[in-house]
Amino acid sequence: MMGLVDHLIIVPILLPLLSGAVMLLLDERSRILKGGIGIVTTLVLLVVSIMLLRLADMAPAGSDGSGVRVYPLGNWPAPFGIVLVLDRLSALMLVLTSVLGIASLLFSLARWHRAGPRFHTIFQLQLMGLNGAFLTGDLFNLFVFFEVLLAASYGLVLHGDGIVRVKAGLAYIAINLTASFLFLIGASLVYGVTGTLNMADLANRVPALSSGDAAFLAAAAAILGTAFLMKAGAWPLNFWLPTTYAAASAPSAAMFAIMSKLGVYVILRLWTLVFGPEAGVLAGFGGTWLLVGGMLTIVFGTVGILASQSLPRLAGCSVLVSSGTLIAAIGTGDEAVIGATLFYLVSSTLGIAALFLLVELVERLRDPGADVLAVTMEAYGGGDDDEPQDDEIGVAIPATIALLGGSFIACALLLAGLPPLSGFVAKFAIMTAMLKMDGTIVQASTWTMIGLLTVSGLATLIAMTRSGISSFWARMDDSIPRVRIIEMAPVLALLLLCLGLTIGGGPAMRYMEATTQALRAPQGYVTGVLPAARSGSAQGGGL
Amino acid sequence: MTELIFALAVGILTASGVWLLLRPRTFQVIIGLSLLSYAVNLFIFGMGRLRVGAPPVLETVDAIDPAQYTDPLPQALVLTAIVISFAMTALFLVVLLASRGLTGTDHVDGREDAR
Repeated sequence: MMGLVDHLIIVPILLPLLSGAVMLLLDERSRILKGGIGIVTTLVLLVVSIMLLRLADMAPAGSDGSGVRVYPLGNWPAPFGIVLVLDRLSALMLVLTSVLGIASLLFSLARWHRAGPRFHTIFQLQLMGLNGAFLTGDLFNLFVFFEVLLAASYGLVLHGDGIVRVKAGLAYIAINLTASFLFLIGASLVYGVTGTLNMADLANRVPALSSGDAAFLAAAAAILGTAFLMKAGAWPLNFWLPTTYAAASAPSAAMFAIMSKLGVYVILRLWTLVFGPEAGVLAGFGGTWLLVGGMLTIVFGTVGILASQSLPRLAGCSVLVSSGTLIAAIGTGDEAVIGATLFYLVSSTLGIAALFLLVELVERLRDPGADVLAVTMEAYGGGDDDEPQDDEIGVAIPATIALLGGSFIACALLLAGLPPLSGFVAKFAIMTAMLKMDGTIVQASTWTMIGLLTVSGLATLIAMTRSGISSFWARMDDSIPRVRIIEMAPVLALLLLCLGLTIGGGPAMRYMEATTQALRAPQGYVTGVLPAARSGSAQGGGL
Repeated sequence: MTELIFALAVGILTASGVWLLLRPRTFQVIIGLSLLSYAVNLFIFGMGRLRVGAPPVLETVDAIDPAQYTDPLPQALVLTAIVISFAMTALFLVVLLASRGLTGTDHVDGREDAR
């Protein structure tokens, strides 16, 4: 019944799990072998996710469910068994994850993977958790994948050890455990009210709820939303985020750039699916909260960016601005705005990941001597001195400064949203869509949002210029930092991708619009997942 | 009556958990998280409705009357949640000890309050 192509859907979950498990068996010293396995796995993941993207894009988006591909685990039909669901949105996130995965992994091979044990296994499990969370069509399964990726991320935050990481990790773990409890309460409340955990089935049952039950579901959605907004870094639940991201090692932080986007993804998915126009009394529930919360997050992030004294912290605060923009734009609930937002999501995730990787290289400009010492301590402090000491990390190329400076400017342009890179296209698209949304009379909230987008861009530019001047122009010595090609290449590749996104803006935007169309017609998703829903037969409540 | 006792238990566990979570010592935080996880697990269980003397597993294949059985799904969810929260608590304990070792204090901020 199922072709080989259909089984591709589960590959992004199984493959990292297998390679992570295999690497667990290997000796800790065989780092080259492990790195090789890791790179091959992420490369295959990239190929698979691009194939899945093409697969999702081929199908026409319609309300007959043709745009959705379903993988029933254990071949149980949808409301009773757990399903994986592939549509345009999840395929897009899969590609983004594997791109970031390969960039961070390449970067880590220069030195970071030596900084602590089991890095490669943890990294693969992180990929598995992310991919699973993007693919699953079941609320409780989403929780399980969240826990997988969180457990891996705890490992990545602490990777490299050190007092700063442990302190940041302590807060990070406590926050995320609390968020997980909220997630569980919300999910079980949803089950208690509707008798289902399948997202499509849930969307099916919401319109039929009585008003008392609808109030319960609203409470459940608010609790769930709080949990996701905590992960996304919405104000006031985001004080942990800049500290943690700044404390994490560069490749881990680059990987975390997509973790805050996971919260945004879940909100987008559930909110459009469950509280779409067909949801009756609950249609558009919480939209204003998202809009206002997102705007406040932008404000907080902007102030944070201006106040940042160090580059890693600046990068952490720009995650907040990006999350805030996404949440606020989703809160408008407008199709064109959400389409532009998805473009912004891709562009800003790539830009922030590049910045996190770049920051570490730029920091080497400050004090090259201290860096070598730090590398030695980080790489060899763990007690295994089996490898020969090589303090020479990379070759001093004269072009290094030019490359670093150029990449830094590109990152600044991307995050501030200035032409010619994709950050500009994304912000411009959001603003145009917001102005069109209201018709002739533009509402105050739209003006506020446009003002915030502009001001946050300006603040990013000011802060980036300031730290750029102090890093590149006002240096104490003229020594050239040692940067490996393997460290520079991922940064350049991510930035080139953003350039490609600008040049190929038309097709990319068309894909985003098709994605949003499918999101705005949740009936297509529902009928795709639940074949029984087509005939309109309703299963009784509960089991 | 069962419902009242059950609700009180969940409420008291949650309240104590939240209070401990906001305390400055890492040990209090971990106990708070444990209490919260008990409360959440009970809550999930309660979402399957409280039934006394009804088995969750179907015994016969033919002529099943769902009214005779309790909902098995929340119990399966509770099992998963227990395992996950147990593992996470263990992991948190390790980080807690590392923090204690590195900073020399059991304060959550890694340093004592200035008095």
